[in-house]
Amino acid sequence: MTGRKTLRTDVAVVGGGIVGASAALALRKMGIGVVLLERDLCGSRSSGVNYGGVRRQGRPVSQLPLAQRAHRIWGNLRETIGTDGEYLRSGHFKIARSEADMASLEQYRTKSRDFDLGLELISAARLRERCPWLGTRAVGGSLCAEDGQANPRLVSPAFALAAQRAGAQIFERHKVDEVAHDGKGFLLRSGNALEVRAPALLNCAGAWSGPIAEYFGEAVPLRSSHPVMAVTEPVPHFMDWSLGVEGGGIYCRQVARGNLVLGGGRGIALDADRARADRDAIATLAAQAVELLPTLRHAHFIRTWSGTEGNLPDHQPVLGPSRTTPGLFHGFGFSGAGFQIGPAAGEVLAELVRDGRSSTPIESFSIERFFAAAATAEDAAADKTPTPTSP
Amino acid sequence: MTAPSSSSPLRPVIVGAGPAGVRAAEALVAHGIRPVVIDEASRAGGQIYRRPPSSLAARSANVLYGFEARRADAVHTAFDALRERIDYRPDSLVWNAQGGRLDVLHGPTRSTSSVPYSQLIVATGATDRVLPVPGWTLPGVYTLGGAQVALKFQGCAIGQRVVFMGTGPLLYLVAYQYAKAGAKVAAVLDTSRFADQLAATPAMLRQPAVFAKGVYYVAWLRAHGVALHGGVRPLRVLGDAAESRVAGVAWHDGREERTLACDAVGFGYALRSETQLADLLGCRFEFASLHRAHLPVRDAAGRSSVRGVYLAGDGAGIMGADAAEWAGERAALALLADGGVAVDTARAAMLERRLHKLGTFRQGLERAFPVPHDWAAHAPDELVVCRCENITAGTLRQTVAENGADEMNRLKALSRVGMGRCQGRMCGVAAAEILAHATGQPVQQVGRLRGQAPIKPIPIHLATPAPSTEGAGA
Ligand SMILES: Cc1cc2nc3c(=O)[nH]c(=O)nc-3n(C[C@H](O)[C@H](O)[C@H](O)COP(=O)(O)OP(=O)(O)OC[C@H]3O[C@@H](n4cnc5c(N)ncnc54)[C@H](O)[C@@H]3O)c2cc1C
Ligand SMILES: Cc1cc2nc3c(=O)[nH]c(=O)nc-3n(C[C@H](O)[C@H](O)[C@H](O)COP(=O)(O)OP(=O)(O)OC[C@H]3O[C@@H](n4cnc5c(N)ncnc54)[C@H](O)[C@@H]3O)c2cc1C
Repeated sequence: MTGRKTLRTDVAVVGGGIVGASAALALRKMGIGVVLLERDLCGSRSSGVNYGGVRRQGRPVSQLPLAQRAHRIWGNLRETIGTDGEYLRSGHFKIARSEADMASLEQYRTKSRDFDLGLELISAARLRERCPWLGTRAVGGSLCAEDGQANPRLVSPAFALAAQRAGAQIFERHKVDEVAHDGKGFLLRSGNALEVRAPALLNCAGAWSGPIAEYFGEAVPLRSSHPVMAVTEPVPHFMDWSLGVEGGGIYCRQVARGNLVLGGGRGIALDADRARADRDAIATLAAQAVELLPTLRHAHFIRTWSGTEGNLPDHQPVLGPSRTTPGLFHGFGFSGAGFQIGPAAGEVLAELVRDGRSSTPIESFSIERFFAAAATAEDAAADKTPTPTSP
Repeated sequence: MTAPSSSSPLRPVIVGAGPAGVRAAEALVAHGIRPVVIDEASRAGGQIYRRPPSSLAARSANVLYGFEARRADAVHTAFDALRERIDYRPDSLVWNAQGGRLDVLHGPTRSTSSVPYSQLIVATGATDRVLPVPGWTLPGVYTLGGAQVALKFQGCAIGQRVVFMGTGPLLYLVAYQYAKAGAKVAAVLDTSRFADQLAATPAMLRQPAVFAKGVYYVAWLRAHGVALHGGVRPLRVLGDAAESRVAGVAWHDGREERTLACDAVGFGYALRSETQLADLLGCRFEFASLHRAHLPVRDAAGRSSVRGVYLAGDGAGIMGADAAEWAGERAALALLADGGVAVDTARAAMLERRLHKLGTFRQGLERAFPVPHDWAAHAPDELVVCRCENITAGTLRQTVAENGADEMNRLKALSRVGMGRCQGRMCGVAAAEILAHATGQPVQQVGRLRGQAPIKPIPIHLATPAPSTEGAGA
C-alpha cells in the first residue's frame, strides 16, 4: 500500500543548486525531459548563500573556456532566467600587497592572454588616485572590468524556476535516498513519495555528491569546506568593484543598498548539512577588512554565515561522464568557485547527455584523474612487459 | 549543602539578570558556587524590574513599579546581596556562542572577551510582539515596552496625549502607569473584546492576585475617564500635515471607522521570547501553540535539548515575572543536580508544580487577549513590515506569488525581510503571519528564521576577541 508515484523521463537530476538547475534548464531548451529532485529548496545551499563573486580573473587557465561560456550566459541573464539577479559587471579588482603579488598578477595576464579577459594592471599611484578609500597595503592590482557580482539568493532559485517554466519537473523537499542502475536505466527513490526512472542521471548534489559517485564505483576525495561570510549594515556608497586579494584571504563587495558583503576564512560544520561562521575567522576577517578598507572601521557586522561546499584536492571540479556507468554524468566539487561557472557547467552536462561530448574543453575535470595512478598500476600489473618510462 | 567536588568545578554562566537570572544566581550561590552573570543592561532587574540609572534613583520603588514594588524590591535586594559573590558583568552583550564559550561585547569600554562556561543558564527574556499598522514608522510611535522603558528608565513620557493600542496585559498596565505619572491617556484601543476577557475569567482566577491587578488597572482607567475600546481593528496612525509626527489614530470599532487626535502612540501585542542565543547554542525548537511561536524545548526543570544548557524565564516562553523567578531557581537546581550537587528536591518539585499550574492561567491570558488572527488579512500592501529593509506586506505577498516562497528563510532570502540590523527580532512575527496567510498555511508551518551571529550588530573593529578572559573579575 504505497502511494509512491513513479515517473519516467529522459534525464534525472539530483540536486537543485545552480549546476543542477541550469542543466535542467539547458536540457529543456533541447527538448529533453527532465525530473529534478532537490532535498531542500532549490538554490538554498552553496548556490544561494555564496559571496556572489562572478569572476573569471584568477581561475586556472583550464577553467577559462568554461568561464568564458558562463560569461556569455551571465550577459543574457535576464532573458535566460527572467531576472537580473542584481548581476552587475562592476569590475573585479585583484589587489597586490607586494611587488611579488604584482608580478604574479602580471604573469596571470600573460597566461590568460588567449581568453580576452581584458585585464588591466593598475599601479600604486593610479590606484591611490582612483580609489582613495583603499588601505595603504595595496600596492596595485589587476582589474577585470567585465567581471562582477550578483545576488546568489536571487539568481540560483531563479534558475530552478526558469527550468520549471521550461517544463522541467522539479520536486523540492525530495531527498534522493536510493540510486541504482538496473542494466537498462537509472532508478531513483525519494522515500515513499517518488520513484524516477531515466536512462540518464546527473549527479549535481554539491558537497553531497560523493556517495552517489561512490555507489557507482567512483569514490573521489571530496571534502566539505565552509567559507565564512559576513555583511555590514548599509554604509554610504563608495565602491563599485568586487575586491579580491592576490594569494587569497579576503574578498568584498558593496551592494546597491550600501551593505558590504565580505568573505574569507573557514567556518565550522554544525553537522553534515549545516555550517556557521567561526569566531576566529570572523575576527580575522574583521581585521583584514579594516586594513583593506579603513572606512569600515566604524561599520557594524549585522550578520555572518557560511555554507557547505564540495572541495576536491586540486580545487578543480569533476565535470563529465562517469568512467563506470554509461548515462551517468557528474557535475560537482566546484571547490569554492562554482557560482560563476555553474551555468556553463549545466549547459555542458546537457550537451553531454544529448551528444555524448561537449563543445567546451573539460578534459581537466575528468573523474579519471583520481583513478589514473591506480589504472596505470593495474595496467602495469596486467601487462608484465616492461614499459619505457617517460621523462 | 554539598559543595561541588573540586575535580569537576562548575563554572556556570547566566545570561540575563532579570527575575529569572537573579533567582538562578541566588540558588547557585546558596550552593557555594560563584556564577558569572552577564547582562546587556547596566543594572540588574531585567525588563519588568528595570532600574533607572543611578542619577534618577531618587524615585521610589512604589512610583516606579506600583503593585510590583514589593517584588521588584525583593529581586533587587536579592541581587544586591549576591553582588560580591558572583562575577557580574553588566553592559555586556552576548553576541555569539561557540564551542563552550560566549563572545561578549562590553559597551562602555568597547572591548570584547570570550567567556568560557561549563554550564549555561539562558535567561534572555523578551521584547514586544509587534504587528505593525500603517503609519507605525512615524516619529512618536513606540512599542508598549518602549513606552514603559521611557517612563521607568528615562523618567519621561512618550507624549502629552497618548493612545495605547494592541492587546495583552501590558496594554492596560502601561496605560495605567502613564496616567498615574500624569500623562494624558487619550484612549486604550484593545483588539480583543471584553467578552474574551469575561470568558477567560475562570482560568485567570488561577492567579487571583494577578487577575485582581488587571481588573484594578481597567477599573482605575475607567474611573479616571480614560476611554477604553474593545474589539477594535487599528487602521492607521495618522501623521501631521508634513507626515513628520503622529497626529492621531484611526480604527474600526466593528461598525464604523473612528479617529482620535494624539501626539504619541504606544502599541504592542504582548511579548515574544528572545531566542537567538538558544538557537546559536543548538537548542532544538518546536512550535508552541500557546505562545504562537517556535521556542526552544525544555523539560519541566528547564533543561534544553543541549547538555549543560538550561532555559529559564520569558526567553523560553512568555510566562511572566513570577514564573521567571521560579523557573530561574528551578533551572539552577537542575544544573546543580546534574553536576552532582545535592539539592532540595522537595523545593524543586514545588517550583515545578507552581510553574505547571501557571499553564492554565497563561491559557486564560491567551483567551482574554488573543493575537488578532486576522491581522495579516487586513494588513494593506503598502504596510511596511520590516523597517530596517523597508519591506512591505505587498512585497512579501508578491514574493510568495511569483517565487513560491512558502517558508520563512526562503522568504527572507528572496525579499530581504529580516535581513537588517534587527535580524528579524522585530519584524519576524509579522512576516510569519503574512506568509502563513498568503500561502494558506497555519503559522507553525512556515517555520522560523534561523539565528545567526551576531545576535545584535557589533562594530567591526570589536569583532576581534581579546585573549581569553577566563577567571577575569573573579
Ligand atoms: C560561502 C560560500 C561562498 C562562495 N563564494 C563563491 C563566489 O563568490 N564565486 C563563485 O564562483 N563561487 C563561490 N562559491 C562556490 C559556489 O557557491 C559553489 O561552487 C556552487 O554554488 C556549487 O553549486 P552546486 O549546484 O554544485 O551545489 P549546491 O548549491 O550545494 O547544490 C547542490 C544541491 O544538491 C542538493 N542535494 C544534495 N544531496 C541530495 C540528495 N541526496 N537528494 C536531493 N538533493 C540533494 C542540496 O540540497 C543542494 O541544494 C562559494 C561557496 C560558498 C559555500
Ligand atoms: C519592555 C517590557 C516591559 C515589561 N513590563 C512588564 C510589566 O510591567 N509587568 C509585568 O508583569 N511584566 C512585564 N514584562 C514582562 C516581564 O519582563 C517578564 O515577565 C519578566 O521580566 C521576565 O523575566 P526574565 O528574567 O525572563 O527576563 P527579563 O526580565 O526580560 O531579563 C532578561 C535580561 O537578559 C538580558 N539579555 C537578553 N539577551 C541578552 C544577550 N544576548 N546578552 C546579554 N544580556 C542579554 C536583557 O538585557 C535583560 O536584562 C515586560 C516585558 C518587556 C519586554
